[in-house]
Amino acid sequence: MLKLLFRRIFLGGLTVIIVSMIIFGAVEMLPGDACTALLQQDARGETLKQCQEDLGLNRPAVLRYTDWVGGAAKGDFGLTAHRNKKVSDLVGDRVKNSLLLGLCSLALGLPLAFAMGIAAALKRDRWLDLSVSSLAIVAMTIPEFVSATVLILIFSAWLGWLPGIVTASASSPLSAFFPEIILPVVVLSMVMTAHILRTVRSSMLEVLDSDYVRMATLKGVPYSRMIVRHVLPNALLPAINVVALTVAWLLGGVVVIETVFNYPGLGRLMVSAISDRDLGLVQAIALIVSCVYVTVNLSADILSLLANPRLRTSMGRNS
Amino acid sequence: MKRIFEVLKEVASRPSGAIGLLLVLLHIAIAICSPWIVPYDFKAISALDILTPPDAKHLFGTDQMGRDVLTRTLLGGREAILVTAIATPIAVFWGGLLGIYLGLVGGRRDDVIMRIVDAFLSLPWILKMLLLIVTFGNGIHVLIPTLAFFYGIPVIRIARAAAHSVVARDYVLAARARGQKRLTIIRRELLPNVLDALMVEGAMRWSWMLLAFSSLSFLGFGVSPPTPDWGLMVADSRTFLPLAPWAGLFPIAFLSSLIIGINMLADALAKTLGVDRAQKAPI
Repeated sequence: MLKLLFRRIFLGGLTVIIVSMIIFGAVEMLPGDACTALLQQDARGETLKQCQEDLGLNRPAVLRYTDWVGGAAKGDFGLTAHRNKKVSDLVGDRVKNSLLLGLCSLALGLPLAFAMGIAAALKRDRWLDLSVSSLAIVAMTIPEFVSATVLILIFSAWLGWLPGIVTASASSPLSAFFPEIILPVVVLSMVMTAHILRTVRSSMLEVLDSDYVRMATLKGVPYSRMIVRHVLPNALLPAINVVALTVAWLLGGVVVIETVFNYPGLGRLMVSAISDRDLGLVQAIALIVSCVYVTVNLSADILSLLANPRLRTSMGRNS
Repeated sequence: MKRIFEVLKEVASRPSGAIGLLLVLLHIAIAICSPWIVPYDFKAISALDILTPPDAKHLFGTDQMGRDVLTRTLLGGREAILVTAIATPIAVFWGGLLGIYLGLVGGRRDDVIMRIVDAFLSLPWILKMLLLIVTFGNGIHVLIPTLAFFYGIPVIRIARAAAHSVVARDYVLAARARGQKRLTIIRRELLPNVLDALMVEGAMRWSWMLLAFSSLSFLGFGVSPPTPDWGLMVADSRTFLPLAPWAGLFPIAFLSSLIIGINMLADALAKTLGVDRAQKAPI
């Protein structure tokens, strides 16, 4: 058991290290560097050479990689391309905003997803199930910019109930985001609710069809007691991993929704960093996002490992 | 080939499969024929009919430059469908083959490549794709390989898991004992068993790729104007949507119907083939 846990954590750490290599390698291979981004048209001849020397870009890639990773481990990602801001300050605000958006969406979406998934499974193939499942398919397949645009049109432009765009800036206090954050939260939770409720529903059905539930029914266990004691604990465990994927997706910057609503989160910073060719910033964001992904998934794995002894035998082998 | 027809027939016999197939075929037909059936030139600007509501002259109205929305909506899916229809088979092919191979050989090679796969999966798709697109441009020759590469990576996992479940079967052991080459085992024993999962995965990949492609266009990194594209049209129409909803809602309806159609098709396919992706869905 303990060995399995350590193996998981080790693999997670390994993934982060490989990610850092991929990011660094990719940025190395792409044409252009910090100096061409800083100097723009002036980036040629002596000036370029001088700049590269100043920033230490002419040192071997391996050395720069270890420097970068060493800095990143301490939370220091250097300066942005225009050399006027620290990457960590810039990213910090955005991470905070993305966290706010993500947590609000989770607070709204998670209870909704579980309630609807469980209800749909209990009323299998009846009208409730049919409508919930069809809505879920629509919500998870339609592009986010489409649902966002339609909701803005209805609730902001036609009904005038909610602001359709976020005016708070990246460093505004969190309270400035209300009520502007409501529509983006609704769109995000729609998508995540759809994904999670489908998993909850299918794993509920699997348990409801199982022999031990049939046995409990035959033994005369009351329906409500059977659902609460026998079905729910077994059915909700597999949802942990889907929830983890959703959390990672939410915190990793939801570019499209942030763009539609003008929300100052990590996703929009990422897009502008790539467009501006601010490679240092791109590297920092990529590393942070992938660390979040790995950590959240790792926690989910560990959690389900602790909660479900049956996994302890197979999981170590399969990964 | 015969099997594909049989599967399609069974898919079409389910209500969701029939609707999905119909929607997808309709969209493909429109994408192929649209240059000959559209009423106007897609880049014909007319200062006199800016944002006119739908009427007999312009069935879907006109956009902010006085261009016919019907024309642009009919043409708007061509590049998206072309790019994703080419990139999807490539993605499923290379991801599927590598996944099956890893499932068969296992060991160190499997460990190393799966860690790299994990690393790629932990990065947001948009970051990976934008890095390449911003550097190499947004032409079809960049978009197709980019989509095919990144969307093949998750396929590796699916194919590997599917191969894992057959590798230990007797007939694979027998083939190994007969001393058959790896390629022969993959082709004759593993591929037929993994193909069902790959077909369903391919249908799903197609819809996700379309989602990604239209999102890229929406963000301004996909199709370049003035080429009509649904994602781009929605983005362009957003500022005056309350005044002229037709400029955005028609492309939205077309894009959504195609994506929902593909998903219904994928679900029906999963149910027909008995691959548990549809998750016992009622529709």
